[in-house]
Amino acid sequence: MALMTFDMKRNPQQARFSLLALLALMIIFPMIAQHFGNSWVRIMDMALLYIMLALGLNVVVGFAGLLDLGYIAFYAIGAYTAGLLASPQFAAVIESFINTYPAIGNFLVWLCGPQIVQNGIHLSLWLIVPISGVLAALFGALLGAPTLKLRGDYLAIVTLGFGEIIRIFMNNLNAPVNITNGPQGINLIDPIRVFGVSLAGEPGSGSMLKVFGMNLPSVNAYYYLFLVLCIFVIFFSSRLQDSRLGRAWVAIREDEIAAKAMGINTRNVKLLAFAMGASFGGVAGAMFGAFQGFVSPESFSLTESIAVLAMVVLGGIGHIPGVVLGGVILAALPEVLRHVVEPLQMAIFGKVWIDAEVLRQLLYGLAMVIIMLTRPAGLWPSPRHEDRPEVDHTKVGTTGEVKA
Amino acid sequence: MTQTLLKIRDVSKRFGGLQALNGVGITIERGQIYGLIGPNGAGKTTFFNVITGLYQPDTGSFELDGKPYSPSAPHEVAKAGIARTFQNIRLFGEMTVLENVMVGCHVRTKQNVFGAVFRHKAARDEEAAIRAKSQQLLDFVGIGQFAKRTARHLSYGDQRRLEIARALATDPQLLALDEPAAGMNATEKLALRELLVKIQAEGKTILLIEHDVKLMMGLCNRITVLDYGKPIAEGVPADVQKNPAVIEAYLGAGH
Amino acid sequence: MDIFIQQIINGLVLGSMYALIALGYTMVYGVLNLINFAHGDILMVGAMVGLSILKLVQQVAPDLPGIVKLIIAIVGAIPVCVIVSLLIERIAYRPLRNAPRLAPLITAIGVSILLQTFAMMIWGRSPLPFPQIMPSTPVNIAGALISPTQIMLLILALAAMIGLVLIVEKTKMGRAMRATAENPRIAGLMGVDANRVIIVTFAIGAALAAIAGVMWAANYSTAQFAMGFVPGLKAFSAAVLGGIGNIYGAMLGGILLGLIESLGAGYIGDLTGNFLGSNYQDIFAFIVLIIVLTLRPSGIMGERVADRA
Repeated sequence: MALMTFDMKRNPQQARFSLLALLALMIIFPMIAQHFGNSWVRIMDMALLYIMLALGLNVVVGFAGLLDLGYIAFYAIGAYTAGLLASPQFAAVIESFINTYPAIGNFLVWLCGPQIVQNGIHLSLWLIVPISGVLAALFGALLGAPTLKLRGDYLAIVTLGFGEIIRIFMNNLNAPVNITNGPQGINLIDPIRVFGVSLAGEPGSGSMLKVFGMNLPSVNAYYYLFLVLCIFVIFFSSRLQDSRLGRAWVAIREDEIAAKAMGINTRNVKLLAFAMGASFGGVAGAMFGAFQGFVSPESFSLTESIAVLAMVVLGGIGHIPGVVLGGVILAALPEVLRHVVEPLQMAIFGKVWIDAEVLRQLLYGLAMVIIMLTRPAGLWPSPRHEDRPEVDHTKVGTTGEVKA
Repeated sequence: MTQTLLKIRDVSKRFGGLQALNGVGITIERGQIYGLIGPNGAGKTTFFNVITGLYQPDTGSFELDGKPYSPSAPHEVAKAGIARTFQNIRLFGEMTVLENVMVGCHVRTKQNVFGAVFRHKAARDEEAAIRAKSQQLLDFVGIGQFAKRTARHLSYGDQRRLEIARALATDPQLLALDEPAAGMNATEKLALRELLVKIQAEGKTILLIEHDVKLMMGLCNRITVLDYGKPIAEGVPADVQKNPAVIEAYLGAGH
Repeated sequence: MDIFIQQIINGLVLGSMYALIALGYTMVYGVLNLINFAHGDILMVGAMVGLSILKLVQQVAPDLPGIVKLIIAIVGAIPVCVIVSLLIERIAYRPLRNAPRLAPLITAIGVSILLQTFAMMIWGRSPLPFPQIMPSTPVNIAGALISPTQIMLLILALAAMIGLVLIVEKTKMGRAMRATAENPRIAGLMGVDANRVIIVTFAIGAALAAIAGVMWAANYSTAQFAMGFVPGLKAFSAAVLGGIGNIYGAMLGGILLGLIESLGAGYIGDLTGNFLGSNYQDIFAFIVLIIVLTLRPSGIMGERVADRA
């Protein structure tokens, strides 16, 4: 990639230029794509959400080296936060409490007032985002806490277990008292309102917004919002990476015992990694809830956790541009291929052997296996800033285990 | 600032059926180079691991600079002022040489998430100070020119220097080195000796495990000898060398 | 009291299957220090292949007694599972033997997904019914019911476990396996071919999973591409509970976990004032896993390994 580089350390001038060029491309994209219909922009909307997820997981897996297989739980928490705080659902929750636990139910009625009892809670974007971020961060620390002393593969399985537990609770907290509405999920989630303008468009306008006198499709509006959020997440991540905290994370990843000996409180630093990574997931989740208008437990299965992991692994664990690339490829490519591969199969075979879902799974599985076997650092790993060519001194005096 | 820097008494540690340490204690005066020697398996590294918080002792009292400290967690020990290196070098292999030392500065600095993200003046100043101090330490130990290299690509001797630089970055009162000369040839050992003397001249106190008896005798102000987890001799090198129990431990009875 | 005995029986049936699967995890972990994430999907392969064979047998020889047809299905499924398992070892795990530990785990996850995807392509996405070929009248034991399928399951599981113990304790290969699990390098120096041991380990684990898979599908009368993931995870928890790396631990852990799940599902309603119901059954395994890893990571029968820094 000689033309485009994002390596600020080696070539800040060119890196800045590349970033601006990319930004310009991203801004123009919807305007061009909408000539081919809404679906391409919608695909990028979801891709942007996945990129946020991948960046969040990157903090945990890439920076701190903690393999979290239950990461999608934080996406779920963010989404259900939007579901409960920006839809009529809370009214149903209160009603359910009144029916089963009247003491608590009446307390809630007294606390919330008739407006909420009738219509549910409807907070604005500016509140939902921070609330879901903080809530997810809290859960991140909570779920990370039992794993602190565990070794890599056990940590992975335990976090997987937590992810499943969260999903099972989401799926079953509709009885005896209805909080999450069980397998049906929560719908009628408010679309995002920015400065009074609903991003879903005015009712009856066919999902179009009126902005500065122009017509803007809803998917495009969400696109720009998600793009801004993505940029924030990228910014946060790189600032964290290049800091005292970021170094502490890498130190723990490289050699936890040495890190402790150098005065790093590994417990707190690891919890911070879980919390920060989770908060990105939570924000993305809230956006997902508002964008889709409904949330249900089946969107938050292990398959999704693994999908996000595949993006991080494919792109380049720990390398922010690589992770973004991985997210784009694995989120957008299956959808793109669907538009190509399915009609192609129809034309050749008369039936679809491999449909989009299967294709998606195939790509994830192949990505992880092939990358680990051939290029474990990912498609786009961190560039090296050595001042001399790589001479492998690993045979002599490696950082090995401390023997007795 | 007391004259006695480290006072350890009566440390015992048992691993299942093995009594690894049995009533070991040492007293180190400020500014000394203190040696810990003994045959293989005598318990030297175990003792190190106990006083630096990697193992929990069964018994023992620990005092640093007149104040008791509890070796319950390695990072607390580092905060209290003891920094160590490891027998089998434990560097952060994928980080650069400079970054390794910068991690050493972690314990004495305080910027957190807020500073990382917003980079306000105090945070930027702290980063600059960390960077400057780290480069300074690299120059001090003699590998300043390798600042940008990946740590695991350094030669063996340089990796040991890096580990020492990193430990110095924590601003320790006591520098505890676990076999820093292992695997070195005569020239490298000479250079190491010079470095250690230089560090002592800066006012630091050093506790040293080593096998090279000649190196120890020429370098240390006082020495304790361990054998089978028990101290069998303590004193200035000249006396220790002549001590019959020590000779027997190393060479066997009848010498 | 009725429900208690019923839950005990359910627990033993469930636990026997967990034990069979857990053995595969624990043996591979013992020799390779690797969690074979794809092992649960070997169970699925066994079930699906068994189902296909069964359908074939139904067409060709419909008058054979149910038990014989099931045995044929199992005997047919075993080689397929073994081959798949060995292929995975060869292609995905062996090249990464010296890589940092997370690499083979990530690869294993990828393999698991690929297995499920291929199963999806071959057998479709919807659950397939597993024909009821054993007699369906249940046997009454002290007020609780157990079906002939379940009885067969228990017998097969017991036979398999006894067979395994005999192999491990009495044969030369078994000794080699134990030696490699303890210390691969020294075992190598004593003339043990580590690769052969690893192959045998994977093969035995796959065979056990095949048996468990077919019987699982028979017991629940259904099979589907995603059926292996949850049982696999739970069986891993069982292996950890019993002491990972220890065969007897895996058997004990499996049975115990089956009982915990069964009794838990039966009584959780009463215990939590009906706030949590039996639909939360799946979380028991995870909770057990977390508790064991937090309080006693070496499991029930694992050795306490002193941590030498």
